[in-house]
Amino acid sequence: MKNYVIIGNGAAAVGAVEGIRSVDAEGSITVISAENRHVYARPLISYLLEGKTDLKRMLYRPEDFYSKNGVRVIFGKKAEKIDPAEKTVTVEGGEKIRYDSLCAATGSSPFTPPTEGLDTVEKRCCFMTLDDAERLEKFLDPSANVLIIGAGLIGLKCAEGIIGRCAEITVCDLAPRVLSSILDFDCAKIMQNKLEKMGIKFLLDDTAVKFEGGKALMKSGKTVDFDVLVTAVGVRPNVSLIKEAGGEVGRGIAVDEKMRTTLEDIYAAGDCTESTDITSGQKKVMAIMPLAYIQGHCAGVNMAGGDERIDNALPMNSIGFGGLHCMSAGSPDGELFEEKNETSIKRLFVKNGLLTGFMLIGNCDRAGIYTSLIRNKTPLDSVDFELLKKAPALAAFGREYRGEKLGGAV
Amino acid sequence: MKRVYVNEKWCLGCHLCEYNCAFANSGESSMVKALRKKAIRPNIVVEQDGDVNFAVSCRHCRDPICVKSCISGALSLKDGVATIDHDKCVGCLTCVLVCPYGCIREGENGAVQKCQLCLDNTVGEPACVKGCPNRAIVFEER
Repeated sequence: MKNYVIIGNGAAAVGAVEGIRSVDAEGSITVISAENRHVYARPLISYLLEGKTDLKRMLYRPEDFYSKNGVRVIFGKKAEKIDPAEKTVTVEGGEKIRYDSLCAATGSSPFTPPTEGLDTVEKRCCFMTLDDAERLEKFLDPSANVLIIGAGLIGLKCAEGIIGRCAEITVCDLAPRVLSSILDFDCAKIMQNKLEKMGIKFLLDDTAVKFEGGKALMKSGKTVDFDVLVTAVGVRPNVSLIKEAGGEVGRGIAVDEKMRTTLEDIYAAGDCTESTDITSGQKKVMAIMPLAYIQGHCAGVNMAGGDERIDNALPMNSIGFGGLHCMSAGSPDGELFEEKNETSIKRLFVKNGLLTGFMLIGNCDRAGIYTSLIRNKTPLDSVDFELLKKAPALAAFGREYRGEKLGGAV
Repeated sequence: MKRVYVNEKWCLGCHLCEYNCAFANSGESSMVKALRKKAIRPNIVVEQDGDVNFAVSCRHCRDPICVKSCISGALSLKDGVATIDHDKCVGCLTCVLVCPYGCIREGENGAVQKCQLCLDNTVGEPACVKGCPNRAIVFEER
């Protein structure tokens, strides 16, 4: 009987458990979870504060997930060391766990640049975990002014989640636009307008350089009065365990298409890894939850002796604020096809006869048809691209494709 | 398992499947009450392009990317049926972003909606199939 050990208890870890169990019903699985919680959907913490979900509904898997899958979970303890020669993981407190196959699903941690006076801010938190959300909730009251550093996915979701529970929210970011990792200027402007209409204030191209007595001194020379500070600048992959064990690490843990690290019998999956974006050919950390699960599943299958590979990863995001949705996928690179009006926009990017990326705001219906064109590298001369420019439709794909997909099990 | 299959050669483009779907999932006992003066939001959609007509609904893929991609755990595979838990869904639309067939859509209550083969309503078998006048949609093992 094989011993599987998974470090981490997020989407990638769940993927690994389900991947292992799809091949091996017998082996023993141990999950080492730094958080003392049943696996939950981290991106839902903003919805929790907004009152749109609760602790029970936001569980990523049902309460019997571990018992049904025969998983032993070590809750509330960090993995401290991997010994690849001895094939053990040492857990906080000293317990050594032997593995035959190991998966590092260690995720990422918030990164906050050192700023003068940051330590003096009492009501301060990040916005990654349920503990963060619960901490933030205690700081909130109708008279509280909140300053959020970072206008990315995390900072803005946080703002949306708490807008009804505080006096004023100011979001600053060094980038000159919101959501700079997923949207270009024009698209970002539409989302910013929406967020401003919701009552959120922005200081872009600007950040706090000093905190003193409830005031943030900004790079621009402005000052912002605040009661609560949320730092959401960015995240960094948790690579140290693999690095210290001698595994290859770039910005994230290096993995091949079977999610193997450079260390024998050690796999890695999720936000702690870097992998190739098929739309740019670049190695990057694509910290997105669907990919975390898919990579975890792939690792799990391979750990158990099966054969699964990932050769079609691409960055993608779907996010909405106040009912206005935006989606993006791939790389905004190549020839641009565009349709837009005041509140909605569609941008398709075409390069070398392939769809390489898109951005949609407003109408996002059936966007997955576009995503699949990117993922499958479908030559655009094999489909009716004129039709697809108007709207995603299977009619553009021809009878044979439809016969296969709609007339057979897929 | 039995799935809904489409034979586009026989599709008349009558859109009856859309109406039957919307009625079946409305919770109303009368079709008039369910559909009158309402913009319907069916889980099956008829595409038309020139002389081509065909209906599209969830394929209930063997290895569904929507389920793998769901960030809240609201989508799961239950006995082969890709199933949405409306209480858990927060409407992030990640599933809409990944479904290669465009078969999941934004619902009216903040959660997404999709075909569940009428297992979650009182019809008990796909209403689109039951009402198709030309057997262009069938429910069978393939």
